[in-house]
Amino acid sequence: MNTAHQNIPPSATEPAPTLTALFWGFSSIGLSGFGGVLPFARRLLVEKRRWMTGEEFNAQLGLCQFLPGPNVVNLAVIVGKRYQGLRGGLVAPLGLLAGPVLIVLVLARLYDHYGAWPQVQSLLRGLAAVGCGLLFAMAWRMALAIPQKRVFWPFTVFTVSAIALLRWPLPGVMAAGLLVSGGVAYWTLGRK
Amino acid sequence: MIFITLFLEFAGLSFMAFGGATALLPELHRVTVDHHHWLDDATFTHLYAIAQAAPGPNVLVATLIGWEVAGLGGALAATLGLCLPMSVLIYGLVNHWERYSGQRWQQAIRLGVAPLAVGLVLSGATLIAQAADFHGGAWAIVLVTVVLNLRYPALHPLWLMAAGAVVGLSGGL
Repeated sequence: MNTAHQNIPPSATEPAPTLTALFWGFSSIGLSGFGGVLPFARRLLVEKRRWMTGEEFNAQLGLCQFLPGPNVVNLAVIVGKRYQGLRGGLVAPLGLLAGPVLIVLVLARLYDHYGAWPQVQSLLRGLAAVGCGLLFAMAWRMALAIPQKRVFWPFTVFTVSAIALLRWPLPGVMAAGLLVSGGVAYWTLGRK
Repeated sequence: MIFITLFLEFAGLSFMAFGGATALLPELHRVTVDHHHWLDDATFTHLYAIAQAAPGPNVLVATLIGWEVAGLGGALAATLGLCLPMSVLIYGLVNHWERYSGQRWQQAIRLGVAPLAVGLVLSGATLIAQAADFHGGAWAIVLVTVVLNLRYPALHPLWLMAAGAVVGLSGGL
């Protein structure tokens, strides 16, 4: 633990945050993002609180994105563990999720009461259409970020055909797709 | 026990969530609507819409599905199911990660999984459109959203959602 923080240049990280700080820090991350909170996580952890440097953030995020599962929750576990061990690893994701889960449960109760109203159904239809558009836009952005598009885009076509058109179960599709796509990637990496 | 079934279904799904909960939408629909008949198409799209409009990570769609299936316990079981397995795994892995990072097999998986994740998000988008049975007006909103979101990335999605909600309320869909 580094306690002599007055000697640390402004670019370095601050002393270890307490459990309370972790909880509220991640609460504010969870509550500030809509449809994905990763950019807010970066802003708070790196720029505002300086709990980690940009490089550290990228390295940790690499592991979160490498593994499946909700990336931000995984990131909270890593950051929490790093500063407060097991308790931090529990408290940080709890802080991240507690507020949003409470809000969403209130909305769920409202939906149970008023969801049958035609006005509510129309409103949700409008929201779903925007949400659908945001997904298409996100897919497009992700697709553009893929290197060697002629090699790898066919795997996107394969996934869409199998999942959206043929409605095959995900486990088999992912296993087969990852085996071939990962194999091709392994091979292209070796040729460099 | 419905809670255990929910937890196990979502825990199983979490191992395939490359690209986060968003990538799971098609499989969530297959499991909850087609397979278990816990929800119908309309409810599924409504829950997705609510999760979109609420603040927080994408996992919340699981919370909502869990709630509709089995109340508070269901909401907790589904959320925990989706988060817990990878959290435990990552807790154990994080200190060993440096050793593997940058190795060829690791780069290959990262590279290979990306086009599949794109396919999953695309499938999720088409699935929402199908399940909600979009027609002219709704497709127009989809198109406008795509164009605005790609053209003006700084424009906060909340504005788009507010606009979508207003158009929806006006009965144009």
